Amino acid sequence: MIEVLAPGPYATVQDLGRQGYAHLGVPSSGAADAASLRLANRLVGNPEGLAGIELTFGLARLRFAAGAWVALAGAPCPVGSTARDPGMGAPFWVPEGGEVRLGSPSLGLRTYLAVRGGIAVEPVLGSRSTDSLSGLGPPPLRPGTVLPVGVVDGLGDIQVDLAPPRPPRPAVLRVLAGPRADWFVPGALAALCGGPYEVSQDSNRVGVRLRGPELARAKEGELPSEGMVTGAVQVPPSGQPIVFLTDHPPTGGYPVIAVLAEADLAVAAQLRPGDEVRFKALLPR
Amino acid sequence: MIRRAGEHGLLVETGALDVSHRLDAALRADRPQGVVEVVPGPETVLVVAPGADQGRLLPRLAELLASCAEGGEPAAPGEPQDVVTIPVVYDGEDLQAVARMAGISTGEVIARHTGRELVVGWLGFAPGFAYLIGLDPVLHAPRLETPRTSVPAGSVAVAGPYSAVYPTASPGGWRLLGRTGLKVWDVAAEPPTPFRPGTRVRFEAA
Repeated sequence: MIEVLAPGPYATVQDLGRQGYAHLGVPSSGAADAASLRLANRLVGNPEGLAGIELTFGLARLRFAAGAWVALAGAPCPVGSTARDPGMGAPFWVPEGGEVRLGSPSLGLRTYLAVRGGIAVEPVLGSRSTDSLSGLGPPPLRPGTVLPVGVVDGLGDIQVDLAPPRPPRPAVLRVLAGPRADWFVPGALAALCGGPYEVSQDSNRVGVRLRGPELARAKEGELPSEGMVTGAVQVPPSGQPIVFLTDHPPTGGYPVIAVLAEADLAVAAQLRPGDEVRFKALLPR
Repeated sequence: MIRRAGEHGLLVETGALDVSHRLDAALRADRPQGVVEVVPGPETVLVVAPGADQGRLLPRLAELLASCAEGGEPAAPGEPQDVVTIPVVYDGEDLQAVARMAGISTGEVIARHTGRELVVGWLGFAPGFAYLIGLDPVLHAPRLETPRTSVPAGSVAVAGPYSAVYPTASPGGWRLLGRTGLKVWDVAAEPPTPFRPGTRVRFEAA
């Protein structure tokens, strides 16, 4: 069991999300930076999809009722612990009653903690993820929250893994033209890629809200509600784009000018308010 | 027309809700390899297929779309064609206002709301929130100018051309006609809601 002494500004349990329920209005949810959760899981010998803790802006304190292997990936935070050699990107053993303390990340936004055996809260619709939009799954962590840890029998050995290279700064998000790019004036995609945009304060797991060059529409009127993918760059009437992350609503009524390359979802999920970001158009395959 | 929505998504333009429903039913009855989400909308069906070869999926979808547009595919989901009956206590906060706007009595609002079979167009806004279409035009009413901060689960409401049952407590701007004891969202059930695109629905005064 892990006891949350302090969750930091916002912390939730996340796995790889709920699949197959979008047509019932259920967001996919799951780790915003799935690549980092997968890495943290691999580092402790877990299957990549076990649930871990997604910390936003670090600053968390956790106590382990039983000894456990732990790994941290994603936004790099200073780590303090009763463990020997705690740190990012490598497994470490936390002894019974030991604590893990994280400072604020030096860059990036979301840090993932995986524990060998996974966080074993009760799944809802096949996932242990907290969905910040609909409230499905366990509530966000609070001081005093107790999280069960799953069984470790039958898990793989702990192996060395490679932490991915840090993305370039300022961040670059590669995009394909979106399904409704033709709802915008001809230069709009170029304007999006001309950037730069600044990440706004009201960004969250639903989406990264951006401020920068306005994206002007060629078509007026309303788009009938349609299915939205994670990574969609949706443009509300303000002309300021929103990049959808994993808690995005499954359907929406604003046109999608572009969609992120799958590999750059993790980059978008690590953007923090005030960060500068640029878009780069990819040619379709 | 089929539009790309990123590396894994294809947005099929159906142009009409009944075509969306037929394509949705066809894709669920015989799901192409790699497809993980099929999300129908009023004029589109989004197909998300991370594992699929788009070069193979695209012509398959084009073929299905053509046959659904001609009405050749099954008209409704392969599930039983039963109508979901929703018992309603018509004591909603906006019942009077809707009657006034329509220029009819509250009794006639109830008669018109229960008098027609509705169909689930699509779901969205919240898990299990179904947009029910086919509402009597006399009952079409604008949303509240200021949405309520909390609408109880089970509230039966109308807005514009739609009716709905709030599956969980949430903020909402629809006009409340009444409430039902029928649970339309239960995460312990599989499926968690009796609604899916194409489901037929009838309200009944309890």
